[in-house]
Amino acid sequence: MPVEKREMIERLQKNILQWEGYRPPPVGIRNLVGLGMVEAAFPNGVFPVGAIHELVCSSSEQAAASGGLVTGILSVLMQQGGVCVWIGRAKQLFAPALAVFGVEPHRVIFISLNKDKDALWVMEEALKCPGLKAVVCELREMDFKQSRRLQLAVEQSRVTGFVLRNAADKLGSTSCAARWQVRSLPSAPPDGLPGIGYMRWQVDLLKVRNGQTGSWVLEWQQGRFIPIEEIAVTEERQVG
Amino acid sequence: MAKRYMAIVFRHLLTDALALRRPELKEAQFVLAAPVKNRVIITAASPAAEQQGAFTGMAVADARAAVAELVVVDDVPGKAAKLLRLLGLGCIRYTPIVAVDMPDCLLLDISGCTHLWGGESGYLKEIVLKLRKAGFDARAAIADTIGAAWAVAHYARTNPIVKPGEQSKAISGLPPAALRLNDEILERLKKLGFRSIGPLLAMPPQALRRRFGSDLLLRLGQALGTIEEHPELLTVPVPYVERLPCLEPIRNAPGIAIAIEKLLAALCIRLQAEGKGARKAILKCFRIDGRTVQTGITTNRGSHSVSHLLKLFELQIAKIEPALGIELFVLEVPRVEEMEAPQEQLWAFDKGLADNTLAELLDRVAGKIGPQVIKRYLPAEHYWPERSVKVAASITEEPTTAWPAQLRPMRLLNPPELIEVMALVPDNPPKFFVHKNKRHNIDKADGPERIGREWWRDSGEHRDYYVVEDTEGQRYWVFRSGYYDGGDAQWYLHGYFA
Repeated sequence: MPVEKREMIERLQKNILQWEGYRPPPVGIRNLVGLGMVEAAFPNGVFPVGAIHELVCSSSEQAAASGGLVTGILSVLMQQGGVCVWIGRAKQLFAPALAVFGVEPHRVIFISLNKDKDALWVMEEALKCPGLKAVVCELREMDFKQSRRLQLAVEQSRVTGFVLRNAADKLGSTSCAARWQVRSLPSAPPDGLPGIGYMRWQVDLLKVRNGQTGSWVLEWQQGRFIPIEEIAVTEERQVG
Repeated sequence: MAKRYMAIVFRHLLTDALALRRPELKEAQFVLAAPVKNRVIITAASPAAEQQGAFTGMAVADARAAVAELVVVDDVPGKAAKLLRLLGLGCIRYTPIVAVDMPDCLLLDISGCTHLWGGESGYLKEIVLKLRKAGFDARAAIADTIGAAWAVAHYARTNPIVKPGEQSKAISGLPPAALRLNDEILERLKKLGFRSIGPLLAMPPQALRRRFGSDLLLRLGQALGTIEEHPELLTVPVPYVERLPCLEPIRNAPGIAIAIEKLLAALCIRLQAEGKGARKAILKCFRIDGRTVQTGITTNRGSHSVSHLLKLFELQIAKIEPALGIELFVLEVPRVEEMEAPQEQLWAFDKGLADNTLAELLDRVAGKIGPQVIKRYLPAEHYWPERSVKVAASITEEPTTAWPAQLRPMRLLNPPELIEVMALVPDNPPKFFVHKNKRHNIDKADGPERIGREWWRDSGEHRDYYVVEDTEGQRYWVFRSGYYDGGDAQWYLHGYFA
């Protein structure tokens, strides 16, 4: 009887996940967006595409680091020749930087808007557009209702949305699938060589719907994310 | 189909317009006058003044002798053309083909339009009464040819509608001036005793040409319909156009949306059948107060999808001001584009930038916020960071060169921001820098990467760029402008790396 119950509960949990928009992982595919062990924190152990992810940035440096992480994920999402829309403030993002992370900048359409209201409208419209792979939007803040609208839009189209939130002091609850925080970490040049090594970040998952939160250290090496495990412990202690 | 034309003549165009603007002049005996060769000549006289004996072409001094209380107003040159143009635009609700015939006449091609007003007499009555109610002394006539309609409108006293094929009968009793001839020919005709057109019709054409030149034959032929006439149109008709008259004036947004949807449905069927897609569409709303409001949309790629075009128009509805109500909607598509028939897709593969839904999304954004906010960047062949990207001209333009392979910052400050820097040795990367009152101690650095000015474009110092990482791990792009020269080199922060 308890075995049957557990099976039933598992089945129901799976159903609930499906209703919430999480598809079961495609057979044999792990590491969908190249984030390695970070993806294990998500339900079913798969990075949820077709969902909204929010990245909290409290400074320009963090915004740049978050942009780096998002671009790294985009490079995998856009591998088969997709297009992405990047909604941001005028003249801030520097297109050639996307090439560093394996995204062809001419396949990204930039929409520069200064008002949150406009940005949210454009993002919602863009998320309804099945011809896109992903939509990235830089916002000051976002409340629950707005995030719910975005979530409803992606459930139809299966477009992945990333929201970079600049006002980190006003963090209300949202309906996003995950809340990330990305901070730059000092790089470690190999064998004590002078200069700067691979770009290294501390990636925190502050909130994950139906998943585990956690903290990881990632590096961008030759076109993919490499998790740095052994240093993660010490770095975490440093940051506090 | 047989052509039918209407001519509307305004006998007191200028004075009527002035009386409308200055109601105190309505009953007065007033004339418009302009100086010609040291004399002030009357260019237009009001009906009251004409009754007293002041006519167009008289000197004002003579007219003052005839009319005691004559009011003289300065004539503004070009006023008649402007008025006729406006009146002609007002007539577009009755027919799309309207031409102005200076100095006082409008010509309308009314073929196939009159049944909407219950036949030609109802049509004529509607227009003339509307113009008279507005305060213009208008007279109109309908005939098979422009010449006959013009003649009857100007000179006939009775029946203004000439039945099909009866032009010669209608104009034979009218004076030769009704043929739109110049003064020289009219003078000669008068001398020879031609008081009406009838005798001219009976004469052989060769004799007429010999005596009066080919102009008279041309005008006769135009009046009778043997020679075609093509007046210069006020508005060139658009090939793709749909009209929707409304029984009751439309005054609210849902009503306008329904009207647009109906128009689009009719138009898109036609576009689809001809394999065309609309690139630009204009909606004209004729209001019952006589004004026209219009709004337009443009698309990035030709479209004949009702739902997409309707979405674009829905963003514009708020800009339409219905006032007392809109009685006629006209949808015009001045720009179309050939469209390939969409192939049935077995697999929904990625079309990338050529995707239709993407083009529709960008149309909506451009319609609501403006096309200037949408940008796509292509690499430009410049090392100078600010010039290393250019804006793509179209959505499908491909890059001609590769993207730069060097490490570039995620965010670029534009313009670069001045920082205070301490470097141990000249030409070394900085040890720390201060930006916005915050000190960043630098742990690691790469560089310099020297980027020279493009001297053929602008003058100034080169830049030595360093990638620096502070003790917290944040990475910046800083540069020194010019050489380290006695310690007064300027340092700038130019970007943030991921």
